[in-house]
Amino acid sequence: MTPRRRWMLHTTGLGLSLWLRPASATPEAMAAALRELTGGVRPQTGKVKLDLSELVENGNAVPVKVTVDSPMTAGDHVRRIALFTERNPRPEVAVFQLGPAAGRARVDTRIRLATSQQVLALAQLGDGTWWQHRVDVIVTLAACIES
Amino acid sequence: MARTVITLPERARRGDIVEVRCLIAHTMETGYRNDDQGQRLPADLIRRFTCHYRGELVCGADLFAAISANPLLVLFVHATESGPLDFVWEGDNGFVQRESRTLTVT
Repeated sequence: MTPRRRWMLHTTGLGLSLWLRPASATPEAMAAALRELTGGVRPQTGKVKLDLSELVENGNAVPVKVTVDSPMTAGDHVRRIALFTERNPRPEVAVFQLGPAAGRARVDTRIRLATSQQVLALAQLGDGTWWQHRVDVIVTLAACIES
Repeated sequence: MARTVITLPERARRGDIVEVRCLIAHTMETGYRNDDQGQRLPADLIRRFTCHYRGELVCGADLFAAISANPLLVLFVHATESGPLDFVWEGDNGFVQRESRTLTVT
């Protein structure tokens, strides 16, 4: 965000900034939530693919699709898939546990984005390793600004 | 009772991977919004979702405020035998919704 954009947000979008400032999480909060889930393990990049539009018109319902490169057999399958955001009021979005009846290492849902930010998808494979994919998203209409 | 829409194919062949779409009508009130009088609206969220196929877990999910209103979850089930798909949504204010569908495998 440029300084001018930021200034615009604080003056013209007063209601928005009042709502965002006290409750907004930070990239540090996302990193902390990530550490808590992985138990301090730093995730590697790859294997996970986070699919969402990079330019979002409506932050209230943003379709997301997370796919993991995994054969999903009894011996080799994805245990967990998680979604985090950098600047929503809370970093956590969802944590999925995939069971033995899951046919494909994929989940789709719809999420809220409070502002332009980075979205992180995380997956834990059967061998315990963690993998990640980060996507930067621009949001033109933020979630939750109307009462 | 909340309205749910669960979409799955009428029948599947053994070994197929079946897409199951689970939609439930719910406000997913975040707890970060104010009403017209400036009073903070308390959070009212679905916190937990599970789907089991013939008693085995397909997917469990912990949901947070960043999930959109009327949560949609799309899952993929490995069809082995005909049997029930059981869905449970649980949330704030004692919210519990159970649904069951039969997956017919030929």
